[in-house]
Amino acid sequence: MFFGIEYSTWWFLVFGAVITGYAILDGFDLGAGALHLFLKKEESRRIALNAIGPVWDGNEVWLVIGGGALFAGFPVAYAAIFSAFYVPFMIFIVGLIYRAVAIEFRSKEPGKIWRASWDFIYFFACTTVTLSLGLMLGNVALGIPLDANHEFAGNWLDFFNPFSILVSITTLALFMMHGAIFLTMKTENRLFAKLTLLAKNFTIFFVIAFVLTSLYTLLYIPHLSDQIRSNPQFFILPIIMVLAVANIPRQLTRGQYLWAFISSAVTIASLLATVAIEVYPFLVFAPNDPANSITIVNAASSEKTMGILLTIALIGTPMVGLYTAFVFWTFKGKVKLDDMSY
Amino acid sequence: MDTEILARIQFAFTIAFHYIYPPLSIGLGLILVIMEGMYLRTGEKMYEQMTRFWIKIFALIFGIGVATGIVMEFEFGTNWATYSKYVGDIFGSALAAEGIFAFALESGFLGVLLFGWNRVGPKVHFFSTVMVWLGSMFSAVWIVVANSWQQTPAGYHIVGEGLKARAEITDFWAMVFNPSSVDRLSHVWIGSFLAGAFFVMSVNAWYILKNRHLAIAKPAFKIALVVAVISSLAQLFTGHSSAGGVAKNQPAKLAALEGHYDSLAVADMYLLGWVDQKTQKVTGIGIPGGLTFLLHQDFKTPVRGLKSFREEDRPRQVNAVFQFYHIMVAIGMALIGLSLLGAWFWRSGRLFEKRWLMQVFVWAVLLPQIANQAGWFAAEMGRQPWVVYGLLRTSDAFSRTVTANQILFSLALFTLVYVVLLVLFLYLLTRKIQHGPEDGTHHIEDNEAFSRRENPLMRNTPKP
Repeated sequence: MFFGIEYSTWWFLVFGAVITGYAILDGFDLGAGALHLFLKKEESRRIALNAIGPVWDGNEVWLVIGGGALFAGFPVAYAAIFSAFYVPFMIFIVGLIYRAVAIEFRSKEPGKIWRASWDFIYFFACTTVTLSLGLMLGNVALGIPLDANHEFAGNWLDFFNPFSILVSITTLALFMMHGAIFLTMKTENRLFAKLTLLAKNFTIFFVIAFVLTSLYTLLYIPHLSDQIRSNPQFFILPIIMVLAVANIPRQLTRGQYLWAFISSAVTIASLLATVAIEVYPFLVFAPNDPANSITIVNAASSEKTMGILLTIALIGTPMVGLYTAFVFWTFKGKVKLDDMSY
Repeated sequence: MDTEILARIQFAFTIAFHYIYPPLSIGLGLILVIMEGMYLRTGEKMYEQMTRFWIKIFALIFGIGVATGIVMEFEFGTNWATYSKYVGDIFGSALAAEGIFAFALESGFLGVLLFGWNRVGPKVHFFSTVMVWLGSMFSAVWIVVANSWQQTPAGYHIVGEGLKARAEITDFWAMVFNPSSVDRLSHVWIGSFLAGAFFVMSVNAWYILKNRHLAIAKPAFKIALVVAVISSLAQLFTGHSSAGGVAKNQPAKLAALEGHYDSLAVADMYLLGWVDQKTQKVTGIGIPGGLTFLLHQDFKTPVRGLKSFREEDRPRQVNAVFQFYHIMVAIGMALIGLSLLGAWFWRSGRLFEKRWLMQVFVWAVLLPQIANQAGWFAAEMGRQPWVVYGLLRTSDAFSRTVTANQILFSLALFTLVYVVLLVLFLYLLTRKIQHGPEDGTHHIEDNEAFSRRENPLMRNTPKP
């Protein structure tokens, strides 16, 4: 217990916060990658790469922290999720590898074919990573079949169900919108005008994908809205989300790009918070036999470890926050290419 | 092939490939701190050019290190689900601490290190360099702590039975400072310094041989040589201390390291040899009673041999463990010799005139790499058949729900990806080295290379 709330619930919140942090931070990197081929000129592509250049690696750390947080706090869930999502996860990982090396390698040679190939690999890797992330998120929300030992008891091909595919596409739209908005803060002149337009278009793409996914959920998977139906106070989350999305085109038109970016970050956070509310207290719901489900209680590490983990998080998070802020502040403003740039 | 073997091959392959890069990052990080520190102290332009050049190389190495490292964090869950459940309470907290205390530090400041030259002052930049290096050092701390706990578990108790059994923390600091942590961490750190130092010496020896960038190459070589002399000698002590720890805590592993079967006998120490696992004999050149002397400072006390362990409790690949261990030790000795030789010629002022020595140093970059890999293979194969020594068998630890075909698929995928990565890495590294530091001397060579490419008349003329 800590402030009257069980350790396992605290750790669920910490894990949720880390995943949200990852989605907001690496979300714009991946989104910028997914829209990379929309930028045609060499200079535009370089500016887009250098906009995320100093920060993408630090952003990816949130994934590592999230993995560690799940492993340490809920080892049963960590074991079940990653062995179940074996194939999509391996594709996700290979995508991350190629994203990293594409950013690193592209600028090292001036050749046209070299750069065009890495541009394509970069775009393809970011898109694949985002789609597989969305696919796994969709399946976790939906639940996956588990046996009595909390181990996967299904067929991985079933991961490609309509709901998860819709979530996957929505994630892509969300990140592309988020990435385009981030780039508007970093660019100037014609490239900037183009990205403002792209940001608006991706916002429309996201709204369409989101409405379709929501409709599908309400019609075919009604149990995914049970929690909010029985606890109407949480309806505030979808309201915040819709208002935040509506605010994006408004801020883009007013020229307040930082506010547009904050709105899109709020969209991501409220969306994931809604999912978390619906999932809680399950980490992985087992539709084949709810008794086999993995919950925050039966997956949790010992009380002692949970206490240690919270201490680590309480010491570590302010430090990470501090130097992340320092790095973003150092690189604030428009991108200027120099001799150390990509 | 069965899932267990495939899962082991996959882990060995991905971790061995990953481990090419982190030791270079740690070692090069230290040398960058020294170089940039010299720049701050002296204000000499030459040190700035040197630092900038090595930062570019560092970026390449670090990038691949991160990319291949993320695989490792999730591979426990994908391939070793039973293991993950068993050790999550302990291993997971070390991994989480690594993420938040170490990896976040190095990745956060990496941006400033690479792109911050024109954005922050020299002192803040130097601070970022130090933070990146410390981040990589802390990373090693938590990863080695987690691995050492697998070798010598401490500060835990076992809860539950059968498939539900798992280790839970009883004492966090006893877990962190388990009996082998400190020895192994210092051994890994110094192994990394050697990897970095010999890498820097290799590149600069090549410049010296080619008569290029001499004003930068010579002082850079000397910085790395100082690191190499201190580290190679210090490694003797951490190595000896580690072996003592293995004798105390993992006697079956120690016996395998020297191929020592007979419990009642004084144990020999081999310089090189071959273990015949059928006849349980070692053929080779060695010091009779050497191992006994190393452990007990006399030539009489018998050392526990492999025969005193049940067949199912001892490593199966004794010869492989023996060979890996002896390769590591032999290279360790060679590195001491090379470093001292370099220091000797430096003292007499003839270091850079000895072309043969520079030739040797160009190739010596491979030695610490091989030694680091071999040392880990000896440590991990010597721990078999246990994944957590004495508690959990490797054959019980893998993911039950993952099929052999799935592992084969991902193994093929990783092989493909990593081969491409390695080729590209070596290509880009070579290009960067050929381009050299921005000291105003490379333009002529560039023009020459340019005309060689563009001018058909020059294409077949021999290089000067």
